[in-house]
Amino acid sequence: MTTAAIDLAKTDAALAAYDSAEGGLVGLLQDIQAEYSYLPREALERVAQRTGLPISRIYSLATFFKAFSLEPRGRHVISVCLGTACHVRGAGVILEKIERELGVRAGHTTRDGRFTLEVVNCVGDCAVSPVCLVDGEIYAKISVTKVDTLLKRYEEP
Amino acid sequence: MSTVASSTRLEELGRSVLLHRDPTRVVVSVCNGPSCAASGAGQVIAAFRRELKRAGLADAVDVKGTCCHGFCARGPLVVVHPERTFYRQVTEKDVPEIVDTTLAGKGVVDRLLYIDPATGEKIVHEYDVPFYKRQLRILSGNNELIDPVKIEDYIALGGYSATAAVLDGMTPQQVIDELKRAGLRGRGGAGFPTWRKWQACHDEPGPQKYVICNADEGDPGAFMDRTLLEGNPHSIIEGMLIGGYAVGAREGYLYVRNEYPLALQHAAIAVRQAEELGLLGEHVLGSDYSFRLHLIRGGGAFVCGESTALVASIEGRPGEPRAKHVHLAENGLWDRPTVLNNVKTWANVPIIMGRGAGWYSQIGTETSKGTMIFSLVGKIVNTGLVEVPMGITLREMVYDIGGGIPNGRRFKAVQTGGPSGGVIPEEYLDVPVDYEQLSRLGSMMGSGGMIVMDEDTCMVDIAKYFLSFCKFESCGKCTACREGIKRMLQMLTDISEGRGREGDLERLETLANVVADASLCGLGQSAPNPVLTTLRYFRSEYEAHIREKRCPAGACRALISYEIVADKCNGCGVCRRECPEGAIGGERRVAHVIDADKCIKCGACYQACRFDAVRIGGRDHVHASCS
Repeated sequence: MTTAAIDLAKTDAALAAYDSAEGGLVGLLQDIQAEYSYLPREALERVAQRTGLPISRIYSLATFFKAFSLEPRGRHVISVCLGTACHVRGAGVILEKIERELGVRAGHTTRDGRFTLEVVNCVGDCAVSPVCLVDGEIYAKISVTKVDTLLKRYEEP
Repeated sequence: MSTVASSTRLEELGRSVLLHRDPTRVVVSVCNGPSCAASGAGQVIAAFRRELKRAGLADAVDVKGTCCHGFCARGPLVVVHPERTFYRQVTEKDVPEIVDTTLAGKGVVDRLLYIDPATGEKIVHEYDVPFYKRQLRILSGNNELIDPVKIEDYIALGGYSATAAVLDGMTPQQVIDELKRAGLRGRGGAGFPTWRKWQACHDEPGPQKYVICNADEGDPGAFMDRTLLEGNPHSIIEGMLIGGYAVGAREGYLYVRNEYPLALQHAAIAVRQAEELGLLGEHVLGSDYSFRLHLIRGGGAFVCGESTALVASIEGRPGEPRAKHVHLAENGLWDRPTVLNNVKTWANVPIIMGRGAGWYSQIGTETSKGTMIFSLVGKIVNTGLVEVPMGITLREMVYDIGGGIPNGRRFKAVQTGGPSGGVIPEEYLDVPVDYEQLSRLGSMMGSGGMIVMDEDTCMVDIAKYFLSFCKFESCGKCTACREGIKRMLQMLTDISEGRGREGDLERLETLANVVADASLCGLGQSAPNPVLTTLRYFRSEYEAHIREKRCPAGACRALISYEIVADKCNGCGVCRRECPEGAIGGERRVAHVIDADKCIKCGACYQACRFDAVRIGGRDHVHASCS
């Protein structure tokens, strides 16, 4: 995939706020991901260079924690909750339905870059389960039949 | 140590807060916790502000957006203080009527009252609602009185006075002794006596020590820690402040799960406000004790609930646990003596110091003191957050507080302890809930998730669910966990898809015991529990999958089919419209038929049919639905 040139000023800004003594390396990567929606290689190289840590160490974090993505994510991120309360109320078939509608499996991005589909193990909204989040906004008590309408809300002209 | 300074400083602070407060003032407390927010609580709060202005009451009545009140099933909740008039399922449109009737007048809006399903009577006050009546909300009860972004709200309720009392008159050892008398045990799951951890860390030499709060709540189906941190962050900060004093730590880390953005935000605001008032930082309340608190975001890894993995993650390394024989109290964060406790454990500390160990230790059972917060979810009428004294029975939890099972279905089991716990069947519903009793049944207290299951829940499917969770979350460091869980999951998948063979259950048990014995950390050691308990209590259900290739609960999709019973179907067309795949055909008013090739077994038709005409092939007889 060809990526546009990465604006490293945003990485530098995140690095400026980072205090290695306080143990915020995971938080630093989160700040960087929040800026770019993923962790660009160039940004990770800059982190290694500035902190003096080997690049392998930075990648060991970036690949260990679920919060991080090494690939650009879609314009909208759908997270389907698979926590226990959602599971016993049928979250599995809802996920399958969304996978079929979008034509991608969980963990992947649609070819047009519109959606990234993810699963999350409990967001703590168990009382209104099953739930899913789109760009952080919560949709409560979803069902297979509501999926179409939900996706249409994020239709682009 | 400087003495009186602390309490005087706090008294001044308290006076300035209380000066502006009138206990008889009317306060509208709107629950804006996770579930209520998802049901529109934000609009309700805005509507109250708007309507009070219209009615000219904006100065006379306070509107407070608070975190979880607990009764999530009936949200959004509104409580009008000081009478504690209780309205449930309030929408934006109901607000003008509440303002005119209850706030401008002194009446009650009848139609928004909670109706006791047992008696059919309408209940006016929150404390009379059966869901709340059996609870003892010493940790979570203040949530509805606190706007979590206002430290004054916490101080007005006596917050930080325990800190002042400790700094004024107690030595660190006296604090630990008090904790020991209280009998507090770790609320993260294992139930280790908290004072022992503190004592070990206290006894270590060296100027640099740490206290850590584990708020990386990763158990699926659990939101207790989230609610406390979002709703009453200062109670946790105060606990850490006292803990730091007792063990000799001048720095603390609050490790919050990244999936909880609101908890992170409220914690950050709380830390800043406490710093501004001199409750955190150099010379806490003017004493010689200094304490700094750092906020750390988790990276999204369940294994970080394991204390050594969490410490590794703060240090900027992958969250892999290490062997337990190296204790955190000796070699913790950055190799310094460290105490790590769960959110609820820390939140108990100011309560114990404030009200005394004597009072606290009267609550609970012989071996388990205090209260426990559970998130009561799954197939239960009153889904919500429940705080009960230790020793209450599961039956009281499920039926008296939880209101029983919805849709006339029958109770099957309750699952506690998350992926590390197990299922408990109906015959043990009268067992009192404490650490020992739950372990004896093969489950565990865990962090407080309690998932209720009815006869539609398949126990093989549940075991498979938790194993696939653990397979996903295993850090991969040790072989027993990494490979063992994967193989167990494979066997369960085979069983649930009709490929089970004789001898599978014995092999599964052997492997489960190996994984439990040979894994390095708690994740692997306890991952077999859901398998072992379901095998122990529901073995015949496994056997039906293997021998008859049948799922008695009608949940394992490879083993079921949906059929329409022609005699019962009146051709109303509801299922045809609900079917997402267009798999149901038939003329109007003529019995419909499901095309098995197109059917994805999603169950939409089954849920939609009001005439009991959709049947699940292969399942056991089901109790007639009363709905």
